[in-house]
Amino acid sequence: MPHRTFFWFILPTALAMILFIGLPIVSSFFQSLHIENEQVLMEVENCDPFGCTTNVRVDVEATEKIEAENPLGRFNGFGTYTDRNHLAFDEIIEAWDNKSSIGEFKDIVLNLPFYKALLFTLTFCFAVTPPVIVLGFIVALSVNTLAKSLKGLIVFGTILPMIVTPLIGSLVLFWMIDSQGIIGASIQILFDDPNLSLKASSNLTWITLIIYGIWHNTPFAFVVFYAALQTVPQDPLEAAYIDGATRFERVRFIVIPHLYPVATFIMLICLMDNFRVFEPIIGFSAEGVAQSLSWMIYQDLRNENKMLFGSAGATSMLTILGIAFLLTPVLIRTWKEFKTER
Amino acid sequence: MKKLIIALLISFASTSVFAGSHSPCGVTSGSINILANEFTTYRIFMDEVKSCAGPDADFNVTHSVDHNKLQVAALSANPAEFSAKLVTNGSITPLMNDGLIRPLDDLVAKYGSNLNENQKITIDGKIYAVAFMANAQHLWYRESILNDLGIAVPSTYEEVIAAAEKIKAAGVMDNPYAGAFKSGWNLGQEFVNMYLGHGGEFFKSGSAQPNVNNEKGVAALNVIKKLTELSNPDFLTQDTNAVKEEWESGNVALMHIWNSGAASLLDDEGDQDIKADTRLAPSPTVGGGNKPATTLWWDGIAIATNTSDENAEASFRALVGAASSTDLANNNPNATVWLIKGYTPGDTAGPVVDAASRGTTPYPSFPHMSLMHGALSTELVEFLQGNESAEKALADVEAAYIAKATEQGFL
Repeated sequence: MPHRTFFWFILPTALAMILFIGLPIVSSFFQSLHIENEQVLMEVENCDPFGCTTNVRVDVEATEKIEAENPLGRFNGFGTYTDRNHLAFDEIIEAWDNKSSIGEFKDIVLNLPFYKALLFTLTFCFAVTPPVIVLGFIVALSVNTLAKSLKGLIVFGTILPMIVTPLIGSLVLFWMIDSQGIIGASIQILFDDPNLSLKASSNLTWITLIIYGIWHNTPFAFVVFYAALQTVPQDPLEAAYIDGATRFERVRFIVIPHLYPVATFIMLICLMDNFRVFEPIIGFSAEGVAQSLSWMIYQDLRNENKMLFGSAGATSMLTILGIAFLLTPVLIRTWKEFKTER
Repeated sequence: MKKLIIALLISFASTSVFAGSHSPCGVTSGSINILANEFTTYRIFMDEVKSCAGPDADFNVTHSVDHNKLQVAALSANPAEFSAKLVTNGSITPLMNDGLIRPLDDLVAKYGSNLNENQKITIDGKIYAVAFMANAQHLWYRESILNDLGIAVPSTYEEVIAAAEKIKAAGVMDNPYAGAFKSGWNLGQEFVNMYLGHGGEFFKSGSAQPNVNNEKGVAALNVIKKLTELSNPDFLTQDTNAVKEEWESGNVALMHIWNSGAASLLDDEGDQDIKADTRLAPSPTVGGGNKPATTLWWDGIAIATNTSDENAEASFRALVGAASSTDLANNNPNATVWLIKGYTPGDTAGPVVDAASRGTTPYPSFPHMSLMHGALSTELVEFLQGNESAEKALADVEAAYIAKATEQGFL
């Protein structure tokens, strides 16, 4: 495509991307460099049904005046990024200086909110993505061999987990794994332990979330693989069949090489999706034991009475960096493949 | 002409009789849009508000357990998303911090003649809210289970733990105790109760510096830990509504939840045997303290600053009509402890009255308390799971609080 044509072709998309993706990112970044203005407090007398007390309250007028002069808040540079609730440089340096063993240092670092969230986010990413690709591929292969009359129905059933809203899907499962739910009760009987609860221990909660992630993401991999399977050339397959190759060998030496770029694509999307894991944590009420970076942003914006824009902005920037970092190897690989193909 | 004069005379007479006390109900202009928490007592209250507003009123109410998280954003918008909000002594402070609710003196003077004096929440001499009920968490127990095992009604948490251990040892129940320990606001609230019960102060006096990492904080956490060990292993996922379900399923013999829970626990739905066996008791003291380890709360109405005067007046009229309705209070005497004039307390009011008379601390209304509560909500979980020490958990709470309070401009 000539550059000129390409330019006009891409222009509307590029404009929309700048408007809806680029500018919000710039704005979040700007916000993350600022913290709220100082709150002016004053002593007042409060009276309620339980009596009168002297209390402090925010002097709204004085605070509003400062706010009007300085609407963006106080400039804090990268202070929010390095504070205890994010990268926690001071705490890490202190822990390193005072450590008695590497294990202790690790415990201290992983107890800091950002690193705790990062650990879960990465674990989730790397535990969910490979099974999703393998399972998606197996399901696609199986569905592909079905009789035509059955295919439509089975395909629909297979992509159901993806159609269900993540929050609803996780809530349904949350109730099923309750100790009185069908899965929870069955597991108790199976392991003969009436106190076994999937919600109680952090390890079991993590495993539950990961299994949910696989369940939810597999249909996506399946759909893409299934579509790609339709493009596998029939001639080499038939030739291999005549040469006496088994089904496994045909898949191994013809289908898989053909689908390789597709697998890279799925991996890319899955990693990106899973890095911002959020809904299952809410659905499974797992906030206590499993926090992700997205959940931290939610926490800053929703769980505080007043939104912590700076903090949320900083976490967002760090999330973007994280995704970029994670995707770099995959992108380099894709780029190389793209170049060799040409 | 004659008719007109009579009509004028009548209206004159009625205004002079009700001078300064316009009847609040029967709203015809302005729209009413209320944000409120979700529990049975509020539903009962809102039914009254709606009927007070009348059939011609443009009336909307949003019940949400996430009301605290929504309120600041929703009322900051101009015009505000809601014209009114049901607040408590906990949730009013973030609204006050940003000047999001308006003084109500004019409206109270016009429509509030039937209010008790103690319903008026005054801050710095101005009325910012009108309270209609008082609430507190306290002990609930199953009488037959305690009687069968010869256990006296516990009056301290040490006795609660002993009683629960006895019930467990007798094999009656695996997890005899329940409390709202869901990580998040509920868990934070349990610590607030227990810490105040030990006589703790959340902030160093006269400043916004945190003050929870001390002996009292550790003692409070250790009591909570013991209680959770006697609770359902899923305790970190159970909020008040989940605890009520446990109770109604007969899995629990002792629990510490809100007095307003009576509205749904003692209604005609569910297992009537359990209902008949359910008893309310005062909130226990802890660690040799003399105040019950709980907090006093009032629930009231507040009107948004960023709404038109017409909507504000309409909303206030409907809400204050319900907040001064003696019928509402006396038709539902057990739904909560109403602060409404002419209310005769029902059977279930005892524990709240007891808490108030024994000098229980109201929930702290510092402007930075919500940040402290938020830090408590997230940083105590690992201690309860046995992954870190109480001192470490409390140090984490203080560190998390300091980072947030710095960002908010309190430190």
